[in-house]
Amino acid sequence: MPWSNMDMQRQEISQFRARLWWSLLIILLVFAGLIGRLVYLQVWQYQHYVTEADDNRQQLQAIAPKRGLIYDTHGALLAGNRASHSLTIVPEQLTGGRSGIDRALVQLGQVVSLDAGDIKRFKRRLNQPRRPYSPVALRFQLNPVEIAQITVNQHRLNGVRIVPELVRYYPLDKGFVHALGYVGRINDRELEKLDSTNYSATHHVGKLGVERFYENELHGTVGRQTVETNARGRVLQVLDRIEPIPGRDITLFLDAQLQKSAAHLLEGKRGAIVAIDPNTGGVLAMASAPSYGANQFVTGISNANYKALQTSTDQPLFNRALRGRYPPASTVKPVIALAGIDTGIISRKYSLWDPGFYQLTEGGRLYRDWKEGGHGRVNMHKSIVESVDTFYYAIADSMGNTPMTNYLAQFGFGQVTIADQPEATKAVLPTKQWKRANRRASWFRGDSLNLGIGQGFLSATPTQLATMTMLLANKGQWHQVRMIKAIDGQTVSKVSEIGRNDPKQPDNIELKRASDWKKVHLALIDVMHSQYGTGRRSGANSSYQIAGKTGTAQVLGIKQDDTYDAEKLAEKFRDHGLFIGWAPAIDPVIAIAIIIENLGGGSSTAAPLARKLFDQHLLGVPARNQAEDQTGANDDG
Amino acid sequence: MADFQRWAPDARRHLKQGPGIWTKLKLDPLLLILLVMIMAFGLLVLYSGSGSSEAAVQRQMVRYGLALVAMVIVAQVNLRNIQRWIPLLYLVGLAFLGAVLLFGVGAKGAQRWLEISGLPRFQPSEIMKLLVPLTVSWYLASRPRPPHLLHVIVALVLVAVPVLMIAKQPDLGTSVLVGASGLFVIFFAGLLWRYVIAAMFLGAAGLPLIWMGMRDYQKQRVVTFLDPESDPLGAGWNIIQSKIAIGSGGLNGKGWLQGTQSHLDFLPETHTDFIVAVLAEEFGLIGVCLLLALYFLVLLRGLIIASYATHAFDRMLAASLTLTFFVYVVVNVGMVSGVLPVVGVPLPLVSYGGTAAITLMVSLGLLMSIHARRPQRT
Repeated sequence: MPWSNMDMQRQEISQFRARLWWSLLIILLVFAGLIGRLVYLQVWQYQHYVTEADDNRQQLQAIAPKRGLIYDTHGALLAGNRASHSLTIVPEQLTGGRSGIDRALVQLGQVVSLDAGDIKRFKRRLNQPRRPYSPVALRFQLNPVEIAQITVNQHRLNGVRIVPELVRYYPLDKGFVHALGYVGRINDRELEKLDSTNYSATHHVGKLGVERFYENELHGTVGRQTVETNARGRVLQVLDRIEPIPGRDITLFLDAQLQKSAAHLLEGKRGAIVAIDPNTGGVLAMASAPSYGANQFVTGISNANYKALQTSTDQPLFNRALRGRYPPASTVKPVIALAGIDTGIISRKYSLWDPGFYQLTEGGRLYRDWKEGGHGRVNMHKSIVESVDTFYYAIADSMGNTPMTNYLAQFGFGQVTIADQPEATKAVLPTKQWKRANRRASWFRGDSLNLGIGQGFLSATPTQLATMTMLLANKGQWHQVRMIKAIDGQTVSKVSEIGRNDPKQPDNIELKRASDWKKVHLALIDVMHSQYGTGRRSGANSSYQIAGKTGTAQVLGIKQDDTYDAEKLAEKFRDHGLFIGWAPAIDPVIAIAIIIENLGGGSSTAAPLARKLFDQHLLGVPARNQAEDQTGANDDG
Repeated sequence: MADFQRWAPDARRHLKQGPGIWTKLKLDPLLLILLVMIMAFGLLVLYSGSGSSEAAVQRQMVRYGLALVAMVIVAQVNLRNIQRWIPLLYLVGLAFLGAVLLFGVGAKGAQRWLEISGLPRFQPSEIMKLLVPLTVSWYLASRPRPPHLLHVIVALVLVAVPVLMIAKQPDLGTSVLVGASGLFVIFFAGLLWRYVIAAMFLGAAGLPLIWMGMRDYQKQRVVTFLDPESDPLGAGWNIIQSKIAIGSGGLNGKGWLQGTQSHLDFLPETHTDFIVAVLAEEFGLIGVCLLLALYFLVLLRGLIIASYATHAFDRMLAASLTLTFFVYVVVNVGMVSGVLPVVGVPLPLVSYGGTAAITLMVSLGLLMSIHARRPQRT
């Protein structure tokens, strides 16, 4: 090897070694950088990442409390909970994003039935803010066959999960919905109002009726648990757990058998029945017909079904018992009569000759009695028994608006009398002020005549009429009208005992002469049991005495109805039949108000139903709905 | 003789006993001990990272065994004798790469594997990790050094062709490693500093071009690297979760098998590319520094072997292989700790997987071969 070559090689080696030193320097610098990065993460940012790791690992989960049960007065279950299985998808476990979801939906569609509505609602839920890896509901209430089919196909249905939850169940369902209300899925509007913490695991909320009013009591308090999960949201272990406090159980006054019969008697008709225990004010039955099943609302009613309910001209969704505003007609006559004699405007012995009509002025308009030719000489007793309109035209004319509306108000007209039904309306008690405000007119004598026979501006709900009946039966003694009997076994006599607002309730009615109650009672008994009584057919052959009053309301159809075909029009203009009454006449245990729409007078349509319910309640004879029972003459006004 | 004994007192013993066992085996005991320590540490972490899978650990041990055997065999090879075959091997390697692009199999939209009946499935790109530095070293060893511009260009082409073919599979991680290994050879061939600096500038200027040439998923990785929070449940998930794993490990770690991030499935690929996050979570900063120290000692040993090598080919190859090992470590740890984009580079000798381990051990076998043929202190 020549020296120059050796030199070159030596030079090259030293240059190479220099580069190795450079490399070592770079290695040291880069390693120092990496260690610096690790120190930053593991020492400097340690607390931050520990928190993040715990957040990852530990998850606070809310546990839904079990909703309180609702029982009838005898302990029969009216609203319970049952396990329902929902079909859910965890989108994060699907591959391929949006198209993956569509593919999964198609796959699932081959296994269980999915309609366009299910998919639409699913996509809406999917777009709501949610925690990653939380399941999104696709369908509710899977039946056992569907559950089996999904389970069998589970291996090819990635990300599909069946989630069990407890949902509301109404074992008696139809016929009870207008008394109980129902729960349904929480919607966006409700979500804003509800306590987000307490409802963090709850999917249902009371939408109507008792379920809505007692939502706070029934719901309970949410529990929570800290769980360790993996990234897919699977719970690996529970670190700590605070049990939810179940909702409180509520017992109602409602008598399931009576309610069932009431609903049954109303089948095929439009109308309402409200029965109250006059000793307590508790509602024994509250039926409105037509009715509908509540269970379908719990898990989400299909659009088609809902539309059918909504557009039905019979308005099954409308709670007639609480919101139906009917002219009370002759059923108010006992109150008007009491107003007359208690104010002293008419004497107790007052009588008149009834020619079959009343005139405000000589030669003026004839206010006709229901009976052509009239009833002859009529006193107060006869005016109630035979429901003589002319008598009431006369005394109403003498009284004018104020005494009548004063007394009607004491009997609960024009106010919400029931404490725990949020939908109840107060209907219309037409005071002079009311007419000025709402009709922009002053009170005319003719208005008084109409008011005297329970027509004209006056309207009342079946619940109000039942309240009035209770007061008549109780001789003016008020009890808070309410659904609730007890909560967790503890008696509730006023909703204020559980922290709710009592409805404004008039004082007990004190007549100047208590014996006047008896006069009215005797007349009402004769309505049912005397030869000329308008309710005699329904009172006949009873082993107990009934006090009652029939009524027939002339109607122009219910206001909210304005779309029905011409053929139905005629039917819609037919009279409503009403009945109020209690039994036994002395020491009553049930006071009832019934209204049957558009089938004619109360003596033939409403009173027979009352008799059946009385028989059932007092004698234990199950009420039956027989067609032949509905025949009978229209013989009251 | 006396003179000799004065400055090398133990040489006599050495002469008397003849070459030691390690010399006979052509192995470097120091390097071997370091490698075995890394492997042992790796198995410990792998057991945790694989979810306490004994099967995974056993399979990995078998791979380590095979890799050690491969290393020992390679160490016996005298590079002088195989040098002339290198160009041929390089061409065969390119042919394999071409075959991968045409008939390769793989997953997730990448073709990386070649299946030839009668042979086990393999990744030709892995072979290129060895063949590229070998080929460039071979080419430049017989040229004047520092290399002329023309030779540099030829060398660059030798590097670029396989790199582009691998990038097209696509396999960004491997192409980075292969490219680096070739460029290191050119650097150690004595490329003038002005060229080195110019190349750096050119590289920086060429970044937009690289960006345009990247696949969507590769671009996504870069975007995710720059802003992992932009897609926390998608592409950013991995890096966010691995940072949480590392950070929450702290100084001492949560303890072996106690890592919540890794054991609760928050951390992805716990036994492969992201295994260092498991290590950092369970053994803390101390554990990672220990592993980095072992790696550093391996690198130091590699540089020393390179510095002793007399033959230009050996020098360039040894230095290049050592620095490629360094790139492995840096890219992997940098990626997992969130300072580099996510590219699929395993942690050398720790990540689960056979091919990379064998390639690495072969390259270390080459180092040992070079070490065994260093000039004896005579």
